[in-house]
Amino acid sequence: MASIETEIAPRRRALSRALRWMAVHRSIALGGFLVGLIVPAAILAPLIASVDPYAQDLLATMEPPSWAHPFGTDDNGRDIFARVLYGARISLLEVVLSVGLAVIVGVPLGILSGMSGRYVDQAVMWVMDILFAFPGIVLAILIVSVLGSSLINLLIAIAIFSVPVYARLSRNLTLGLKSMDYVEAAISLGISRRRIMTHYILRNAIGPIIVQSTLTAGTVILSAASLSFLGLGAQPPLPEWGAMMSDGRNYLGLNIYMSLFPGLAIMITVLGFNILGDGLRDLLDPRK
Amino acid sequence: MKAYIAKKLLALPLILIGVSLLVFVAIRALPGDPARLMAGPEATQEAVDNMTRRLGLDRSLPEQYASFAYGAVRGDLGISIKSKLPVVDEIAERLPFTLGLAITAYLLAIGIGVPAGMIAAIYRHGWPDQIVMILAIAGASIANFWLALMAMNTFSVQLGWLPLLGASSWRSFILPSITLAVLPTAVIARMTRSSMIEVMSQDYIRTAYAKGVAPQTIYWSHALRNALIPIITIVGLNFGSLVGGAVVTESVFNWPGIGRFLVDAVRYRDYPVIQGVTLVAVTGVVVMNLLAELLIAVLNPKIRFD
Repeated sequence: MASIETEIAPRRRALSRALRWMAVHRSIALGGFLVGLIVPAAILAPLIASVDPYAQDLLATMEPPSWAHPFGTDDNGRDIFARVLYGARISLLEVVLSVGLAVIVGVPLGILSGMSGRYVDQAVMWVMDILFAFPGIVLAILIVSVLGSSLINLLIAIAIFSVPVYARLSRNLTLGLKSMDYVEAAISLGISRRRIMTHYILRNAIGPIIVQSTLTAGTVILSAASLSFLGLGAQPPLPEWGAMMSDGRNYLGLNIYMSLFPGLAIMITVLGFNILGDGLRDLLDPRK
Repeated sequence: MKAYIAKKLLALPLILIGVSLLVFVAIRALPGDPARLMAGPEATQEAVDNMTRRLGLDRSLPEQYASFAYGAVRGDLGISIKSKLPVVDEIAERLPFTLGLAITAYLLAIGIGVPAGMIAAIYRHGWPDQIVMILAIAGASIANFWLALMAMNTFSVQLGWLPLLGASSWRSFILPSITLAVLPTAVIARMTRSSMIEVMSQDYIRTAYAKGVAPQTIYWSHALRNALIPIITIVGLNFGSLVGGAVVTESVFNWPGIGRFLVDAVRYRDYPVIQGVTLVAVTGVVVMNLLAELLIAVLNPKIRFD
């Protein structure tokens, strides 16, 4: 008896501690749950959807939801459920590529700017202020009109308008960290600037950068869907959620499901990232 | 504070120069020869060469930028390729529609967002707070064009209560302005809540309670007045996202504003229009942001200016 008790008790205690933690950090639990719903759905899309998202069935167009087609079919008889699922892949790809690119460019720029002298700092921040002055969608439209309308160009455009967010954030973090005792000690020990930037600054700036990335993820999905909806991003027949709604718009009043389900998918995904981001921010912010 | 205001005012032309440079370079990088586009598909080589000279495309890039910037300052943004009309006139014709939509949306957002945030702050952690915060985060997570499609389907197509597209009467304003208001309402509600919570913990509020001032007076008069500063800031600083929202909303509703004009211009490769609308939109956003920053400086002298 005693031995079983000692085996189970720590495990049970760990579980109850985890549950209590989740009760306190409800946002992280709920946001994590929603994101945790979308990510596997995107990865396992071919296993979940039994139908090819591009397969047309012209004998079964614009059908309402049924057992065979849980979300109904679109104007070309394609299964909307399968398309929404594959759309999750595109949306997550959008997040990974756009946020990734923005972080890779923005964070080093910001740290460099914060560590450098006045002139470099001002020059970098001037460029960032210029990019920041543009409403994201307007800058993206300008860039896409130069590069041409495609999903990948759209992602580059979104990354470009997200760069200033990360540059400003990491510059401000760097300015704060630079005056900390441990960094000043490292400088006086003669540790190289590069090592200070990577090991002393970047490592301690990673938390806020992750929070920002989570919060940007929602914006990225919404912007990409908006621009694809306007015909300036993903092109048909790609099952991008915004592009799907652009199709659905032509059948308003005839078939609402073509617009309804992709929009719901956007809402759940963005909601997940936003709630998770809020929760992570509160967790990292000691003032709250 | 004067130094701060002077610094901000000096930064404005620098930002605008940068913005115009960026737009200029982007437009020059557009695929295709603008002179050929302008001259039309059946133009002879001679006509294209003439157009190149007329547009000044045979001059050096710095010269071209100088004449472009000089023109823009005087209100000359070139001629639209599609309509052959001055871009400035085309924008002037559409701007009132965009401004009308934006102002209606902002009034809605403030009218709903501020009271909602106040209620959430007053009943902090209670169910009204929970509901407001859930709606606020949902409002920030919705694709506004999706909301527009759903509303159009219900109120215009199914029920036939409201016009589907265009700007024919005041009833045309209802759906587009509500669509555009959702995001700012959510942002303002959250801002009002956190700002009110901070103000409500101040000493002078406790003093007011101790004096026996009615709670309603404390909320709406003592606290809100001071909570307004961050709210005004957020309204000013979010003008850019409102403009971005207007581009999408106008396109969904076929609204004759400058947002839809921009999207159409991209389809036609009407580069003077892309250039002109972008410049006007960004200048508007930069000026609004500056006004918000100056207003904070005036309203709150305690703020740190560095």
